[in-house]
Amino acid sequence: MKFITAVAAVFTLTIGPASAADECEVPQSFIASDVVLARVMKEIKANHRLNISVIGTGSSTLPGPDGASFAYPARLQDALKQLLPGNEIKVVAHVQSRQTTAEMAAQLTAILAADKPALVVWQAGTFDAVRGIEPEEFSASLVAGVETIVKTGADVDLLNMQYSPHTEALLNVSAYADVMQWVAQEHGTLLFNRLAIMRYWNDQGTFDLYTATKTSDMARRVHNCLGRALAYQIVNAAHLTP
Amino acid sequence: MFRGLSFAAVLRWLAMAANPEGYASLLRFLPGGAKAGAAFVEQSASAAARPSMAASPAQMLATGRDLRLDLFRGLALWLIFLDHIPNNVVNYFTLRNYGFSDATEIFIFISGYTAAFVYGRAMRERGFIISSARILRRAWQIYVAHIFLFTIFMAEIAYVAATFSNPLYAEEMNILGFLKQPDVTIFQALILKFKPVNMDVLPLYIVLLLLFPPMLRVLLWQPAYALMGAAVVYVLALHFDINFPAYPNGVWVFNPFAWQLLFVFGAWCAVGGAQWLSGLLRSRIVFGLAIMYLLFALFITLTWHFEWLGTFVPNWLGAMIYPIDKTNLDVLRFAHFLALAAITVRFVSRDWRGLESPILRPAILCGQHSLEIFCLGVFLAFAGQFIISQWSGGVLVQTGISIAGILVMIATASLISWYKGMEGRSHQQRAKASPGNLAGGEA
Repeated sequence: MKFITAVAAVFTLTIGPASAADECEVPQSFIASDVVLARVMKEIKANHRLNISVIGTGSSTLPGPDGASFAYPARLQDALKQLLPGNEIKVVAHVQSRQTTAEMAAQLTAILAADKPALVVWQAGTFDAVRGIEPEEFSASLVAGVETIVKTGADVDLLNMQYSPHTEALLNVSAYADVMQWVAQEHGTLLFNRLAIMRYWNDQGTFDLYTATKTSDMARRVHNCLGRALAYQIVNAAHLTP
Repeated sequence: MFRGLSFAAVLRWLAMAANPEGYASLLRFLPGGAKAGAAFVEQSASAAARPSMAASPAQMLATGRDLRLDLFRGLALWLIFLDHIPNNVVNYFTLRNYGFSDATEIFIFISGYTAAFVYGRAMRERGFIISSARILRRAWQIYVAHIFLFTIFMAEIAYVAATFSNPLYAEEMNILGFLKQPDVTIFQALILKFKPVNMDVLPLYIVLLLLFPPMLRVLLWQPAYALMGAAVVYVLALHFDINFPAYPNGVWVFNPFAWQLLFVFGAWCAVGGAQWLSGLLRSRIVFGLAIMYLLFALFITLTWHFEWLGTFVPNWLGAMIYPIDKTNLDVLRFAHFLALAAITVRFVSRDWRGLESPILRPAILCGQHSLEIFCLGVFLAFAGQFIISQWSGGVLVQTGISIAGILVMIATASLISWYKGMEGRSHQQRAKASPGNLAGGEA
């Protein structure tokens, strides 16, 4: 993996304004995919608008009253507006801490009816790992949810766990990450590999994720970069040239 | 589920196809097969020329200790240590990256083999009660070791909880919730329901040993019944989703009802199954199948690391093999272990001279004191991970910690060996004969 990382680093991409370009660098291999976001492409080309629903748990937001405005869903909306000017972009975040994937899946129908999204970004897995939900059960909930979303004609982008080196000895997320990869592969949906991307940033020294801090500064920078990388992945997979 | 059900049928078929001579001895190890086997042996002159095949399971135990077991258990202990340090570059070289099974399978199989080897002889010589008492004493030792490790683990976690905070990881820190209820957590740990990450192997081992006395009794009486019984339990556990509950949620990471199959299979090999299998293992068909299966597993495993390779895996194949369930010892994992074992015994024979060489001596030493070295490995992995996280360790630090850890394991094993040797000698001086000598190893 490190070897690929090193090779891939040569072909890195930068997005957004030059000032913050270096920090958010992500290897193309982490973003590129054969999956096509057909519905997103259609919405932008035909209607010049894009509704995205982000569904997730604690790691899709930041603590504090203004935390949500610095978290990746909000940053995703800003980044998409920059990448796709002249289109109406709306990202609605349905984020609630301490939810298992089964609980999130149960709310999907209501969310889909309210938002009518062209794309659902579904962040899952972390709280299932915390709660020790069996990977098989997690897989079943995820599959049920993905099928519910696909039935409405929306595209899906599964977003996996954060790379969290300090809790690695306690919280084994790899089994859940594997499930997400298989589900994405089997159902032909997109996967945003947050785990690999954050590990890459840590290995590169972009962000020292071992740092202990009480302030939100680094957390906000990480979420900003996640939002931008996600925007780039979506634009790329919908074959829309910024 | 159906894959497990046809286990015996597959064994019969494989034996017939690969080696008609060996089929006679196979029948001995399958229920109701003793008579048919005898008839087959009478007809087959070459089978009769191999009297060892007809030996009773108890007689088979009489042979000396197989150093290969110590060697591979030692290597497995090193791999388990390396795999337990997350974010370690050296991990990319361990077994699990190149196939379905990993060091856990090797460890459990060899533990089953040695348990039957050591306690089987005790049961034959000293009876059921004495040997059972010894097995239970061993289970108790492992329990104490597990609780000792748990204490070290709690100390480390309490430290991390007290010193580490970062708003980015508010959700992940939920995992430390158990520290708020030490009364519940410690009790749950004592009854083996609460098990931190990477501390799942010893509880499995404890349960396997607790259930081992009656199983060993059956193994010595009719090995085939024991193996069939284990297979039935495995299939039932998978079918009805039976496992021990864990705290605060979920089930045991290693389902004892599933993993017992590998343990009993190891024990079955020790009481004569290995001799029977030797016929099968000499066959070229089995060798070819094993190689093909290992290559298949290698390819599938590589697709996890190189996503572009995944496009070569058709969806129907993915749907068939995934998820490869470690908790319930997936059939694919078991088969992968069998293939690895088949190839290993083909190239590393019991009397291979290399086993005496100083290069392999460190691994053999570690394998001979597996409980101590296993616990040490878990501790060293905690410590190593702690060092890496405190000093943001790079590749050099990770490699250094990996090598240093293995060196500490070797040094400790040498020390224990030396000490046991000293003690053994003084024991012998007091009581000249020492029955039930473990030939340098332990169960």
